[in-house]
Amino acid sequence: MVYMIRFTQVHETFRLAETKALAVLEGIDLEIISYSPTSPFCMVKLPSEEAAKKLLQRSILAKAIYEVWGHGSSYPELHESTKATSSHLWPLYKNVTFKFVIDSFQGSRTNDEQRALIDSFRFLEFEGPIHMKGAQYEFCLAEDWPLGSASLGIKKPTKVFLGRYLARSERDVISKYDLKKRKYISTTSMDSELALVTANITLAAPGKLFYDPFVGTGSFPIACAHFGALAFGSDIDGRSIRGKGKVSLLANFEQYGLTREFGDSFVADLTNSPVRRARLFDGILCDPPYGVREGLKVLGHRDPTRGKTPIFRDGLAHHLDPKFVPPKKPYSFLAMLDDILEFATTSLVDNGRLSFWMPTANDVDQEIKIPEHPSLEIIGVCTQEFNQWSRRLITYRRIPDAEVVASESRQPRVKETGVNANDLNPFRKGYFQGFKPVSKS
Amino acid sequence: MKVLTLNFLTCAVKACKSTSTSFPLHPKDCEMVSDTIEPNPKLLYNILPRVNWTALLTTVAELGFPELPPNPPTIEELQADEKMTQELHTLLLETQISEGCLVCGNCGHAYAIKEGIANFLLPNHLV
Repeated sequence: MVYMIRFTQVHETFRLAETKALAVLEGIDLEIISYSPTSPFCMVKLPSEEAAKKLLQRSILAKAIYEVWGHGSSYPELHESTKATSSHLWPLYKNVTFKFVIDSFQGSRTNDEQRALIDSFRFLEFEGPIHMKGAQYEFCLAEDWPLGSASLGIKKPTKVFLGRYLARSERDVISKYDLKKRKYISTTSMDSELALVTANITLAAPGKLFYDPFVGTGSFPIACAHFGALAFGSDIDGRSIRGKGKVSLLANFEQYGLTREFGDSFVADLTNSPVRRARLFDGILCDPPYGVREGLKVLGHRDPTRGKTPIFRDGLAHHLDPKFVPPKKPYSFLAMLDDILEFATTSLVDNGRLSFWMPTANDVDQEIKIPEHPSLEIIGVCTQEFNQWSRRLITYRRIPDAEVVASESRQPRVKETGVNANDLNPFRKGYFQGFKPVSKS
Repeated sequence: MKVLTLNFLTCAVKACKSTSTSFPLHPKDCEMVSDTIEPNPKLLYNILPRVNWTALLTTVAELGFPELPPNPPTIEELQADEKMTQELHTLLLETQISEGCLVCGNCGHAYAIKEGIANFLLPNHLV
C-alpha cells in the first residue's frame, strides 16, 4: 500500500535518515517511492496501516502520514488517479463523519477556492455528516507549489495528492525539551529538535544503553532518555556535569521526570577512558568540541618533557591534593574523531550505532573528510548548513566481526604536528581566518 | 555512581587496562545511598549479558551486601524469579556510591567520588 509522509521543510537532509532509522528500529519494510529535498511530501510503500502509524509515532521531522487515495500533476489527473486506485475504499466511508482539509505547501487558496476543490471530489459519494471538529475520518488535499509561487504569479500547484489521515508524529515534544525552558544549559547545548533527531537516528529505545563521551549539560542523554534508553555521559570538564547550586546534569533529568532513564555521569577524558573494553553500549552519540566555542583538550602536558614524575610539595604528592587540577593540552580534532571511531568499535554491540557531529568548511578545498573505520559502516551523512561552514551528523553501524572485510587500503591519517590549537585543528584555523580560499600556488 | 557503572569502568591508566588486577576497582571509605527507581525488567535483561558477574561478586563482597549466586541467572531464570529481578534492580540501578573513592588493584591510584560523580582524570605522570 502507498502512503504519504508529510515532512516539515526544515533540516531536509535529516528527514529520510530519521525515517529510515525508525523503520530499522520498528522492523518495518520501507520503500521510498518518491522524495525530493524541496518538497515536504514523500511517497512510501509500507506493509500496512499499522506499520505506517508505528513508523511515525516517534518521528520528529515528519508531521503526519496519510493513506494515499490518488495523486497527479493536476486536479483532473488526481481525479482520474483517485478513481483508478481507491474506488474500492469509498464505500467503507460512505456513512462516517468526516472532514476535508487542504495543505498547500508554498501556495495559498481562498475559502471559495478550497470549497470548490473539495466539492470536485463529490464522486466519492460520502453521505455522512461533515464535522469540522471530532470527525471520525480526515481527508487531506495536499498541494505542492513551486517556491515563490505568489510573487511569480504561478496559479497552479505542480503536484496534488488526496490522502486519508492516519497518524501524527511526536513533533510537539520539541517544545517540551526547548532549551529556553531547560534549567541548565551551556553555550554549546544542542537544540532539542536536533538532539531528538540524533537520538532517533542512533536508534535510542527502551532497555538500551547509550553513552555520550562529551556530555556537557546532557542534551543527547536527555533525548535518548526521552525515547526510553538508559543514558550515560562523561565529560573532561567536571564543572559541566556538577553544575552549580541546584542546577546540574542530573537536575535536567529530574526536570523532565526521566530519572529512571538516567544511567550515570562521570568525569573522564576519552583518550584516557575508564570504560572497560567490552561491548557495553547500544548507541554512542556526541557532539565533540571542535575548538571554536570551546577548546578541545585532553589530559597531558603541553610540553611532553614535563611532569613525567609525581610532584611532591612538603612531602605530599601534589596530585593527591583534593584541589588538584590535572594539566590538559590542546588536541587535534581529527585525531579525536579517530579515537571516537576506535572507542565505538570496542564498545558498541553488533549493529549498534555511532553518531557524531563534525564541522567542515563549505569550501571544498578546506573540507574535512569523513573518517572511516573497517568495523564501522557509514549509514548516513546529514548536513546543517551555515554561511561559510556547515556541520554534519555522521552515523555508523558497528559491523559484526564476522562480516568485517579487512581492507588494506585504509591509510593511516597524517598526524597534525604542533602544540597550539590552530596547528592541531584545521577547522578552527579556517574558522578564525574567515575560511579564505586556499591559494594554489 | 551506580553499582552498574562500577561494573562498566576500570582504571583509566592505559598500562592498567590490560592487567587482570585493575578490574573491578575497589571501593574505599564509601558512603552509600539508595534511590527508588521504578523497575524496568526489559532493561535488566539487556544489561545482564554485559555485566561481568565475577567482578560484581567481588564488588558485592567488598561493599558488604548479601551474597549473589556464583553464576549469573539466565534471562529465563530471571523472568521466572521476581525476587531475584527486584534484588538485581536494587543492587545495579538503585544503589549508589555518593562519597568515597575507587582504588585500582594494579597501580593503586585512587579515583575520588564526590556527590555521586566519580573523577577519572589522571595526573600527567599517569597519562
